[in-house]
Amino acid sequence: MSAATTDAGASKPNAPGPRWPAGLSVAVLGPVIALVLACTFFATQSDHFLSGGNFSLILQQVAVVGVIAIGQTLVILTGGIDLSCGMLMALGGIVMTRFATTLGMPPVLAIGCGIGVTALFGLVNGLLVTRIRLPSFIVTLGTMNIAFAATQLYSGAQTVTDLPPLMTALGDTFSVGGTQFAWGTVAMLALYAVAWYVLRETAAGRHVYAVGNNAEATRLVGIPTQRVLLVVYVVAGALYGVASLLSVARTGVGDPNAGQTDNLDAITAVVLGGTSLFGGRGVVVGSLVGALVVGVFRNGLTLMGVSSIYQVLVTGVLVILAVTADQLSRRGAR
Amino acid sequence: MNATAQPRVVMQATALVKRYGQVTALDGSDFELRAGEILAVIGDNGAGKSSLIKALSGATTPDSGEIRLDGVVTKFRSPIEARRAGIETVYQDLAVAPAMTIAENLFLGREMRRPGWRGSVLRQLDKRRMIEESVARLAELKVGIRSMSQALETLSGGQRQCVAVARAAAFAKHVVIMDEPTAALGVKEGGMVLELIRRVRDRGLAVVLISHNMPHVFEVADRIHVARLGKRGCVLDPKKIGMSDTVAVMTGALRPEDLPRDALAH
Repeated sequence: MSAATTDAGASKPNAPGPRWPAGLSVAVLGPVIALVLACTFFATQSDHFLSGGNFSLILQQVAVVGVIAIGQTLVILTGGIDLSCGMLMALGGIVMTRFATTLGMPPVLAIGCGIGVTALFGLVNGLLVTRIRLPSFIVTLGTMNIAFAATQLYSGAQTVTDLPPLMTALGDTFSVGGTQFAWGTVAMLALYAVAWYVLRETAAGRHVYAVGNNAEATRLVGIPTQRVLLVVYVVAGALYGVASLLSVARTGVGDPNAGQTDNLDAITAVVLGGTSLFGGRGVVVGSLVGALVVGVFRNGLTLMGVSSIYQVLVTGVLVILAVTADQLSRRGAR
Repeated sequence: MNATAQPRVVMQATALVKRYGQVTALDGSDFELRAGEILAVIGDNGAGKSSLIKALSGATTPDSGEIRLDGVVTKFRSPIEARRAGIETVYQDLAVAPAMTIAENLFLGREMRRPGWRGSVLRQLDKRRMIEESVARLAELKVGIRSMSQALETLSGGQRQCVAVARAAAFAKHVVIMDEPTAALGVKEGGMVLELIRRVRDRGLAVVLISHNMPHVFEVADRIHVARLGKRGCVLDPKKIGMSDTVAVMTGALRPEDLPRDALAH
């Protein structure tokens, strides 16, 4: 039968243009354009914006949200969402700083404990999502509040100070051509490189996409989808713990009120970066670009003297714009 | 049955029983599948057709009865176990992962890693080899899709189903089960998939085809298993019986005993 030898998609006249899986290009292009536009706009508004020092500052500010956004990307790729990310980051910061100061634990061990606690919360998220089959939205809304309360209770709503130097080492800077860069920024970029590799080049990473594409079909193919989900939530939790360390290193204290804006910022970064809230599509590097867009907006608006309430407002508008773009492009693809 | 003169029996089930609470979905159902045949499974809604297929593909475990694969009693606790035993199932919902490439879909769950340390230490996938293998597999089955690195969703429904069938054929050692593979397709696309199913059979695999579409069943089936009231009503020979009589048997309007002797398959 001749039908069986018809040529596929390549020559279909009404086939839609190239799409996500082809690679970085399409997915990342949109947010990159947004980034360039934002930078251009703020450069016209403030003389300080384009300086190397400010660039370095943006990168430092973005490091925390950027690392959280990696974990958030993993969760969103599976078709879920993690609302607990910012509060877990705050909790991890308080745990590691209190352990190191009040308990007098060696800094490395205290850091490990902080990351361990956030990973444990990730495990709880994952278990509730996989075993009880609760929607991730409501599970993480619950753990978000639990983590917030735990942070306030354990810290007594007090900032933890007098940290051992090792704990803030990632906040130290080095100079490249007269501009200071923090080691935290390097750590963030390294984590993005690892996440990019795993998601793109390994079976485990591809399975994350497959679960987000069609969980039931993926299970029937023989992939342990529950385990994939569980690992994603635990790894995301651990990444929030790493973000705690970056936050502690940058500010030099354990701040119980950290992470308040990071929930929305991280989700905004991921969605701006082209990862679909419907799961299964997106590129983790896009989230880095998205985090930079969010960081540039916050930084630029601060330089313009706009109050932080308006920054929250702008982030809210940004996330809605990004989700709308996602939804419209999905609809166009069908 | 006079098994000596017949081709080898690949899969056999006897007296399968499956209850869901008060409902008895399978009430002692038998099943026999031979090497290199397309066995259509038809039945009215609630006849136990899908429960039978679920038991055979490992999606459910029957309460009693036994399933033999190549003469050996087997028990599948999950589709994964059935798959490991060489039984591949193509499901009605076409795509596996629509946003992923054809090569990725073909090798999902069976990915190949690069040789050497990049594969063992870095666990890096051998994308090029998977693409080459995909090209070879699809060419073997004469599925004319050129680029293996395009997303599955860029294909038409029929082409996607061809990818799903090719995937099953590539990895099945014994049996390919197809659950309504042409249900969502147009005439031409359906024909393309039927042609492919025939090629899969011609490569020596045993194919179970679940379908509501009588013309499709009659076009490709070697034998027709009629599920009725949770049992195997009868097995018909499509060359010796017409479509309307088949439907009558399926719905119970005609009893298998009243059929001419040679309408029943041996």
